[in-house]
Amino acid sequence: MGRYALRRLLQAIPVLVGTTFFIFVIVYALPGDPIQALGGDRRMDPVIARALRDKFGLDDPLLVQYWHYLTGIFSGNFGTTFRGVEVSSIFAGKFQVTLQLALTALVMEAIIGVGLGLWSALRRGRWQDQFVLAVTLLLVSIPPLVMGFVLQLWLGVKFKLGTGIELVPVAGIGAGEKSYLLPGFVLATTSIAYLTRLTRTSLMETLRSDFIRTAVAKGMPRRRVLGRHALRNSLIPLVTYLGADLGALMGGAVITETIFNLPGIGLQLFQSVYLRENTVVVGIVTVLVLIYVVANLVVDLLYAVLDPRIRYE
Amino acid sequence: MTNPSVDTHLLPADRSAEPLLAVDNLHVEFKTRQGLVRAVNGVSYSLSAGETLAVLGESGSGKSVTAQAIMGILDMPPARIPKGEVRFHGTDMLRLSEEARTQIRGQRIAMIFQDALSALNPVFTVGWQIAEMFRVHKGMSKKQGYAKAVELMERVRIPAAKQRVHDYPHQFSGGMRQRIMIAMSIALDPEVLIADEPTTALDVTVQAQIMELLAELQRESNMGLILITHDLGVVADVADKIAVMYGGRIVEHALVHDVYASPAHPYSKGLLESIPRVDLKGQDLYAIKGLPPNLLDMPTGCAFHPRCPYRRDNCVTDVPPLYEISGTRSSACHYFREVLDGTSG
Ligand SMILES: Nc1ncnc2c1ncn2[C@@H]1O[C@H](COP(=O)(O)OP(=O)(O)OP(=O)(O)O)[C@@H](O)[C@H]1O
Ligand SMILES: [Mg+2]
Repeated sequence: MGRYALRRLLQAIPVLVGTTFFIFVIVYALPGDPIQALGGDRRMDPVIARALRDKFGLDDPLLVQYWHYLTGIFSGNFGTTFRGVEVSSIFAGKFQVTLQLALTALVMEAIIGVGLGLWSALRRGRWQDQFVLAVTLLLVSIPPLVMGFVLQLWLGVKFKLGTGIELVPVAGIGAGEKSYLLPGFVLATTSIAYLTRLTRTSLMETLRSDFIRTAVAKGMPRRRVLGRHALRNSLIPLVTYLGADLGALMGGAVITETIFNLPGIGLQLFQSVYLRENTVVVGIVTVLVLIYVVANLVVDLLYAVLDPRIRYE
Repeated sequence: MTNPSVDTHLLPADRSAEPLLAVDNLHVEFKTRQGLVRAVNGVSYSLSAGETLAVLGESGSGKSVTAQAIMGILDMPPARIPKGEVRFHGTDMLRLSEEARTQIRGQRIAMIFQDALSALNPVFTVGWQIAEMFRVHKGMSKKQGYAKAVELMERVRIPAAKQRVHDYPHQFSGGMRQRIMIAMSIALDPEVLIADEPTTALDVTVQAQIMELLAELQRESNMGLILITHDLGVVADVADKIAVMYGGRIVEHALVHDVYASPAHPYSKGLLESIPRVDLKGQDLYAIKGLPPNLLDMPTGCAFHPRCPYRRDNCVTDVPPLYEISGTRSSACHYFREVLDGTSG
């Protein structure tokens, strides 16, 4: 298992190189001149512009620039922005916010999604099941952007002004953990819907398996058949979804953090793309890819714990 | 004065003539999108302690559905039992509460399935799955349960049982897995064991070992055994009685040696003639012509008539009753006498 983990981590290196290069090229191809952008509306002194271009090697060929960047990363140096700020100091504290947001969303997703899914599978075909299915359809079809603004308006403005009660904070992270509840929920909605359906299907499929029939034939009470024999088997496919979703949630944080004004990596990414801070953009993406790779590795290892048929050499 | 609160429903009671298990005029139907599938249409058979009943018939004839109805493990819906009784010690189990049935399942009537790999839970060790019987039904501790599991695994002759008790089903060979399944089913000394094609998924040599094991366990414990199989070859050595099913009905019910000596239904006759025989090696195997009946659209009259070499006009119109030929023998063929004599066909 240890060797398997190591091999997987080594396999991540080409993935990392490929994705960062891809991002590098895209950012490079963006229209406009980052040095001119520094000066805002005024034209920049050509001498200073020249000096900056040389300092950051902006006139080197793309591959050379990329090489400088890559070697920097592997020695733990994410570089500096054109304004001379260390990229790593921009990161400080921000990944934590985003990670906390994504984890809040993940936990909500797991509890609500799996819970609803199991519940509706056990009431298959009845009105409760139909109701859950309809709700998931609704959740999938509302974009998080709309959901975010609407909830913000209802809970933060209308409800609060009407009753004077603040149920949950609707912007910023001033209130600590509680601040993440609403953004976490908005971020999680689509995944909750998918996970509900996935869980429902998975449990229904498990309940049709031969070994469930065996458990009933053994005279096991229904509660035990469901709770011991069916549950663990039906959770296996969900783990993959949850693990892969952590990466998607961190990516989705761009929109959520912008709506809710959370000082996380998503908001930073949004601003940096806008300001053409190439090193920051590529740096953020690199770390996101790394998190994604690690999350997938954890999923695969967890898989082996849940399903004894899977062995990694 | 009698005490009315005494729970008598499972006592042998006064119906001493009642066999251990009696299936009586059982009907099972499934509601499907294509229509109503009448999988079992009036099946009756019975079983006494220590007796082996072989249930034969080709795929789709309703053998498994009947067994599942006895166990009470049919999914209802889509299944429905519109008619019939399944009496255990004289009590109709179809009318018992779910709790009462759960008390019988596994403890007094147990079942073995065809494919042990899919019938065992992949995420629990075999020891856990056997021990569960003792832990849930007998309230034993984990440790006692595992000790019992090892004992049972030794009884069904799994080598190095003590070490293997913590292995998972996929780590065993097919034959060993079926032994685990058997160990689990006999854990609580059931009075009736239903084995639904227990050897179909196995190699021929392993098949013989499993059949031997079953026969031996049955002799030791005097349980009634219902052996469901396609394979008439297996039956001769182990069974006492045979029930041949076709299209959800019993077409012949008889003692084994009677059937082998001279079948009383054209379908049983066809089955017998399709057994591979060493002395006829190299010749083409006889196969019953035609296809099994479509349960959604059963032939009129005798369901076997489209394939029957003995067919007469009334076979197409009249459903044959199960004619009683002797005390131990019956056949659902209008012309069973001709079949017995071996004329025509
Ligand atoms: N859940 C179900 N829904 C609809 N039809 C079913 C269902 N279960 C069984 N049947 C039908 O009932 C009929 C009898 O099936 P059964 O499994 O008893 O056959 P069998 O004699 O055991 O055959 P085999 O030898 O292949 O196991 C089949 O035609 C099958 O299609
Ligand atoms: Mg079957």
